[in-house]
Amino acid sequence: MYNFDLIRPSTLEEAVKALGQDEAQALGGGQTLIPTLKQRLAMPETLVSLSGIDAIKGVCVHDDGRLSIGGGTTHATVAREAAAHYPGLAALAASIGDPAVRARGTIGGSLANNDPSACYPAAALGSGATIVTNAREIAADDYFQGMFTTALDDGEIITEVRFPVPEAAAYQKFEQPASRFALVGVFVARYADGVRVAVTGASEEGVFRWSEAEAALSSNFAADALKDLSVPADGMIGDLHGTPDYRAHLVKVLTGRAVAAAS
Amino acid sequence: MTSVTMTVNGKSVSGEVEGRTLLVDFLREGQGLTGTHVGCDTSQCGACVVHVDGEPVKACSIFAAEADGAEVTTIEGMANPDGSLGTIQQAFQDHHGLQCGFCTPGMVMSAAALLQENPKPSEAEIRDYLEGNICRCTGYHNIVKAIMAASGQDVSAVAAE
Ligand SMILES: Cc1cc2nc3c(=O)[nH]c(=O)nc-3n(C[C@H](O)[C@H](O)[C@H](O)COP(=O)(O)OP(=O)(O)OC[C@H]3O[C@@H](n4cnc5c(N)ncnc54)[C@H](O)[C@@H]3O)c2cc1C
Ligand code: FES
Ligand code: FES
Repeated sequence: MYNFDLIRPSTLEEAVKALGQDEAQALGGGQTLIPTLKQRLAMPETLVSLSGIDAIKGVCVHDDGRLSIGGGTTHATVAREAAAHYPGLAALAASIGDPAVRARGTIGGSLANNDPSACYPAAALGSGATIVTNAREIAADDYFQGMFTTALDDGEIITEVRFPVPEAAAYQKFEQPASRFALVGVFVARYADGVRVAVTGASEEGVFRWSEAEAALSSNFAADALKDLSVPADGMIGDLHGTPDYRAHLVKVLTGRAVAAAS
Repeated sequence: MTSVTMTVNGKSVSGEVEGRTLLVDFLREGQGLTGTHVGCDTSQCGACVVHVDGEPVKACSIFAAEADGAEVTTIEGMANPDGSLGTIQQAFQDHHGLQCGFCTPGMVMSAAALLQENPKPSEAEIRDYLEGNICRCTGYHNIVKAIMAASGQDVSAVAAE
């Protein structure tokens, strides 16, 4: 690792100010950033740890019924505290990595990183969540802009993520056994006004909505409704873990399983 | 350099660290607690697991400065006060849950965290919880047995030696 200064502000205001400096970067749980620093793939001059800011941690239910999760909330906390309100989301958090990763890794870090194989992007897009930062609110549909790319500006901090709670939802993840990330993962959520289906791990463009499946499932919420649909292999990721055809096939299989698990 | 203070295995310790100093380096090099191992550079092997404020954490994936003020427990803190092996450690020895021993500190710390959360885990729950602890020697069966035994459960149903 190159050396840097590490600071640990206790308020959001101090963190925003510190991130305004040149070559400053936020540190969430470090479960992605620390291995990246070890490989010298990042060289910030200042790391601004968000772990001391209590105001961006925790899970609560808004007056409007939406579930609000602080940007600095760990996967373990979401798995525990969201279970009663939004079990599909809690189960997704409980399936990320391993217990030690979940004890440190945060929802804000996961969404800011937008790894094409990460789990939370599927939940945020599949729930039509709102990503709240220190500066504004961003709809999930506008937030994800391709592999490792998001609508966030430099130094912008995810302070909260608001999830409309669906009538039913489930996440199905086909694990890449070495990394434990999703080889393909599908999040399905049924709302009163329609079904949303978000797919991670598959596309070279990162997380995406499978709109044909959404339409079919909105009129008939059963795995059977998918039988005449297929996902084109065009634009799917191909690597040593799976070909584009294989991933395209998995998208349909996992969508069916997610519907079955949610019903 | 900044100075950090934390409680390690019940004792208050302080030291000067750089921004990039990892907790595992602070423990091993600063405190001489070399029981916590480093098996990878990618946060994947779990040999370095310690407890920070009661939660299992990869000591290679947290900066020492972030553990300022925390309660840290390492494998050295798992022995009984008279120096004899703690229950989980003894079970690893009794059930041959280690061969080279490199992964063992992390395995024991993860097992301890599991048993705190879930005192009578099933075999499947043990295997699931140990997902982030890689062992190149044992094939895991005897590790699972050791943890079953440490939790006071019958180990005869756990698959092959
Ligand atoms: C062994 C292992 C297995 C894993 N398995 C999975 C898995 O199955 N599924 C999965 O989805 N992920 C997995 N992960 C990744 C894990 O979920 C990370 O916690 C997550 O991707 C990053 O979150 P973090 O809080 O650790 O962020 P960090 O690593 O600290 O930061 C990541 C990036 O986000 C930025 N950032 C951090 N917090 C914020 C914020 N609040 N606002 C704005 N920017 C911010 C940082 O500047 C950095 O660029 C795994 C990681 C490991 C090590
Ligand atoms: S040394 Fe491998 S996970 Fe920490
Ligand atoms: S005993 Fe050798 S790595 Fe586990």
